[in-house]
Amino acid sequence: MNVTKKKKRGNLSEIFRRLKKNRLAMFGLAIVVVLLITAIFADVIAPYGYAKQHLRDAFQAPNGKYVFGTDEFGRDIFSRIVYGSRISLQVGFIAVGIAVVIGGFLGAVSGFYGGRVDNAIMRSMDILLSIPQILLAIAIAASLGPGLFNLMIAVGISSIPSYARIVRGSVLSIRNQEYVEAAKAMGSGDIRIIMKHILPNCMAPIIVQATLGVAFAILTAAGLSFIGLGIQPPVPEWGAMLSGGRGYIRDYPYMTLFPGLAIMITILALNFLGDGLRDALDPKLKR
Amino acid sequence: MTEKKEYLLNIQDLTVHYETDSGVVCAVEHLNLHLGRGESLGFVGETGAGKTTTALSIMQLIPNPPGRILSGKILFEGEDLIAKNEEEKRHIRGGKIAMIFQDPMTSLNPVIPVGEQIAEMIELHQKVTKNEALEKAVKMLELVGIRPERARDYPHQFSGGMRQRVVIAIALACDPTLLIADEPTTALDVTIQAQVLELMKDLKKEFNTSLIIITHDLGVVAEICDKVAIMYAGSVVEYADTHSLYTNPLHPYTNGLFNSIPDLDADQEELKVIHGLMPDPTNLPSGCTFHPRCPMAQPECSQKRPEMLEIEPGHFVACPVCCNGLKKG
Repeated sequence: MNVTKKKKRGNLSEIFRRLKKNRLAMFGLAIVVVLLITAIFADVIAPYGYAKQHLRDAFQAPNGKYVFGTDEFGRDIFSRIVYGSRISLQVGFIAVGIAVVIGGFLGAVSGFYGGRVDNAIMRSMDILLSIPQILLAIAIAASLGPGLFNLMIAVGISSIPSYARIVRGSVLSIRNQEYVEAAKAMGSGDIRIIMKHILPNCMAPIIVQATLGVAFAILTAAGLSFIGLGIQPPVPEWGAMLSGGRGYIRDYPYMTLFPGLAIMITILALNFLGDGLRDALDPKLKR
Repeated sequence: MTEKKEYLLNIQDLTVHYETDSGVVCAVEHLNLHLGRGESLGFVGETGAGKTTTALSIMQLIPNPPGRILSGKILFEGEDLIAKNEEEKRHIRGGKIAMIFQDPMTSLNPVIPVGEQIAEMIELHQKVTKNEALEKAVKMLELVGIRPERARDYPHQFSGGMRQRVVIAIALACDPTLLIADEPTTALDVTIQAQVLELMKDLKKEFNTSLIIITHDLGVVAEICDKVAIMYAGSVVEYADTHSLYTNPLHPYTNGLFNSIPDLDADQEELKVIHGLMPDPTNLPSGCTFHPRCPMAQPECSQKRPEMLEIEPGHFVACPVCCNGLKKG
């Protein structure tokens, strides 16, 4: 039947159609796409290897040969930023992914079942929250050892509590809606109700928190790299480049400027996109 | 006697309490009720009389805590629903007993297109693919008078009456044997009420579904029900077929209800009301729960809980006083 077919095709393109109306969101999406392409084709785009040292050309200001200049070892900053997008985006997205999935699950279970389950989960989240997040990440990273994967886990776990809280709050307000009761009366099981009826209705705060969270994850990863618990040199990472250039900020500001700009633009783009997505995903705002 | 017949639904001595911090709320007390196949029953009573709690008990959806079914049996097709395990209960909900909720504005999920919501019900209870379920959903929509192309629309794009039609489509999608409608027309305006009632009446005939309508509108009951149960403070006080109840109401509470309907012809200054308020459900009066407000109350009314008496075949009243009067007169 053509009605059902139209429906199938409808959902994603419908969301995209609504997203297109939001210019800022499209701008954000464009930048995110560019970043993703950069990360995937870093080998092709970067003019030099990320660890290639041109010691004679150290501390060069941006010029025709080195678009963003060179650092203290004469490494091309543009190439390092291009390669760094791989690490930063991975850390940002995967760490947030870990946090959203685990935190969202814990929050949903705790909000939906309430009572003792809720108490047990939320009190342990409170314990995690009582430790400053960056300290927690440091502690986890220190115990796991340095490395990209451990870094993602450390950043991810340390941001679980905030997602758990947000999801629990939304679930609590949605749990008592009549359509949840109606879903129960339809004979839906708990998991189906949570996945199909409750979580889609609390997407908005999760999406916003997640896009902000990507930014935070990139920054936390940068901080961890700075104290030697994250990415090990010479692998480029935006945060590590930022802190590496810190010592030269008076004389060679471009060493910190470009990685900083890269982080800023990424985060800004993600926030625009997140905002737009939230609106596009909400059928009530449909025109 | 009629009780020998096999009932579709037979509630025996049901007691449901809500155990809250401020005391035990006796929502339903020793309730007895039965309903045959294809019959429709109107459940009438004031707010807080336990109508919805009874309906939720049948669905086995009493929120626990604080709700607890203390005693009684709910026999559905001869089997006790209370004794079933969660898996079997889920199978019955929606598949055999479906429920229509009071407010169509909130009983549909705002982020799922209505067609999919109907399809979900079908997928849950019948072995069909997603596409087959969607096709059937579209057919259900047509059945309740909504154009098929609207299956892709979201609930907020429908008016209240149309949403209630969608809710009815969901409820009937799996051809349930019993449909419980909890004040299905309360949130709708009068013209739409009439349409929705008409629709329910037609569909009930078409699907041969038994129906329980919870309402406080005696007009709705007269429109659509074969039988009426009048509830007061957690128990049924009078149960009869619609005709004999409307022509010959016996229980003083039922009489009070009828008297409080304004008479269009008479030039009334004030409504005739039942004096007093519903008793506090945490602290029900002893004996007959209605005796503090009853114009016919006798000293013994506060002593003994009245039994259901069958005055005429199929007409039950829980009031010995008015029954005595009947026998004497």
